[in-house]
Amino acid sequence: MIDHPAQETVLEIRDFSFRLGRKEILRDVSFAAARGEYLTIVGPNGAGKTTLLKCIDRLLAGGTGRIDVFGLPLESYRQKDLARRISYVPQADGRVIPFTVRQFVLMGRYPYLSPFSSIDKEGRRAADEALQVTGTAEFADRRLDTLSGGERQKVYIAAALAQGSDILLLDEPTTFLDYRHQAEIRDLLSRVNRQSKVTIVCVTHDLNRAVLDSDRIVALGGGRVLFAGRPDEIMKSDALEALFRTPFVLTSHPEAAMPMIVPGLPPKSQP
Amino acid sequence: MRRPAAIIFLALFALLVLAAAPFIGMERIPFSTLWQHGDDMAARIFWQLRVPRVVMAFLAGAGLAAGGLAFQAVFRNPLAEPFTLGVASGAALGASAYIHLGLPFSLLWISGSSWFAFAGALLAVVLVYGMTRTRQGFSTATMLLAGVAVSFCFSSLILFMQYLSDFTQSFVLLRWVMGGLHTVVGFGEVLTVLPLVGAGTLIVFYLTHELNLVTTGEELAASRGVSVNRTKILLFVAVSLMVGGIVSVCGPIGFVGLIVPHICRLLVGPDHRYLTPAALLNGAILLTLCDTLARTVMAPTELPVGILTSLLGGPFFLWLLLGSSPQVEAV
Repeated sequence: MIDHPAQETVLEIRDFSFRLGRKEILRDVSFAAARGEYLTIVGPNGAGKTTLLKCIDRLLAGGTGRIDVFGLPLESYRQKDLARRISYVPQADGRVIPFTVRQFVLMGRYPYLSPFSSIDKEGRRAADEALQVTGTAEFADRRLDTLSGGERQKVYIAAALAQGSDILLLDEPTTFLDYRHQAEIRDLLSRVNRQSKVTIVCVTHDLNRAVLDSDRIVALGGGRVLFAGRPDEIMKSDALEALFRTPFVLTSHPEAAMPMIVPGLPPKSQP
Repeated sequence: MRRPAAIIFLALFALLVLAAAPFIGMERIPFSTLWQHGDDMAARIFWQLRVPRVVMAFLAGAGLAAGGLAFQAVFRNPLAEPFTLGVASGAALGASAYIHLGLPFSLLWISGSSWFAFAGALLAVVLVYGMTRTRQGFSTATMLLAGVAVSFCFSSLILFMQYLSDFTQSFVLLRWVMGGLHTVVGFGEVLTVLPLVGAGTLIVFYLTHELNLVTTGEELAASRGVSVNRTKILLFVAVSLMVGGIVSVCGPIGFVGLIVPHICRLLVGPDHRYLTPAALLNGAILLTLCDTLARTVMAPTELPVGILTSLLGGPFFLWLLLGSSPQVEAV
């Protein structure tokens, strides 16, 4: 189901299922991502999006089926080699991290380090560039736990960029941010995607944003793939009903000529 | 203070302590002892008692502090250290079993009691870590309770062995469990502990980048390329080697591993490339000073140094637990 057969497939998932204890989280998930593609995985809470993302980066072990990264099975990678291919931006949390922004971003260079050594010139350059691109250079010497949610999210992205991988996985990067920071993160991601040809696999439950930002959408519901294809197609498909299970109305984006979803009115009380 | 400068300062201070401590004590030692290799009393006290004991305190303090530092990173909790997590009790149980069973052997120049203590320490780590792991996430409460539970079980087993022992053996065990360096005579003990603390320290230095990343969370560390399980296993072995060696000679000495890393974080920040040497030096300084105090403050008898460090560390622990910051939830 690859839309751009000419392009190199960097990530391929085939019939992947995953259980946690007796609970089935993912069932027969299949899709692929090409180099430089911006792919968004949408779905309601509990659809298995985060689990899928963690399985792709081998942060959760187990599961059946195949996940291939650059044509090689995920299990065959050494941890450092995998980190050169895939980087991961977790869901923002309140974890206390005592490092400064610069220290934290430099730690993204770990896959290129050997023991007893320190980061070389190229590593420092990559980290500086990541700080510049994300606009985090101005507060590079502040401690991570003094930052706001939006600033923190940018720093996490900066560290992932410093890692210099081909695929960037992001878990709900804008969910808890205000409009301004949401916009900044989206700009940042599409810039990185276009300029550095980084493949982006992003998880969100915001379908409207997903259709505006991405090249392709995978819709996940109850652990299954309900839809995989171009953004304008999902708005015409039957997957929407299953995805939302609540009244909604389709309208049109005034600028983008793209269908958008707005919540339906609550049922009127009878007079 | 700049971080390298802070470490150089600590190193100089440590050397000063190492040089001065053997001259402090009930018996006055003239400086001429250093170059006159006579057979007089002062020389024998100096070379057979004072110097080995100070070197042992130096080694033990460094090892305990490095162990605490490694534990705090792996458990992501500043209250974690070999003593509060029952690892010292595990080592003590191993060493007691060795004493009680009376099977003298040694392997690779290292005494049987050290090997037994190592095994006991490793058992305790595995138990506590396993219990902390079964619940979701790392809660401070689960970790501390697991540590307390393991300590209780192992302590009662030690008591049971004491109960079975005869009067004098029982006193030896009791005094040893209080923690102290009075057993150090000549360089035999130093030579058995040195390779263990050395090996453990080397492993910690080998893993400083990994320690930094593990502090930010296991998943993030793994996504950056850290083999998290391998790192944890290596660190657990390192800490068990160090604590096992130290406890088999000195008994359980508490809270050095708790206080020192905290002070070092204030001094050099959170980066383990600087924290590790700072903790080693600071631990060496602290325990050498404590031991010097312990053997002089009540002269002619001496205070078990374990009692002294616990008197210092207990309140410090409470202060960390109650007083401060979200630091307790994650380093």
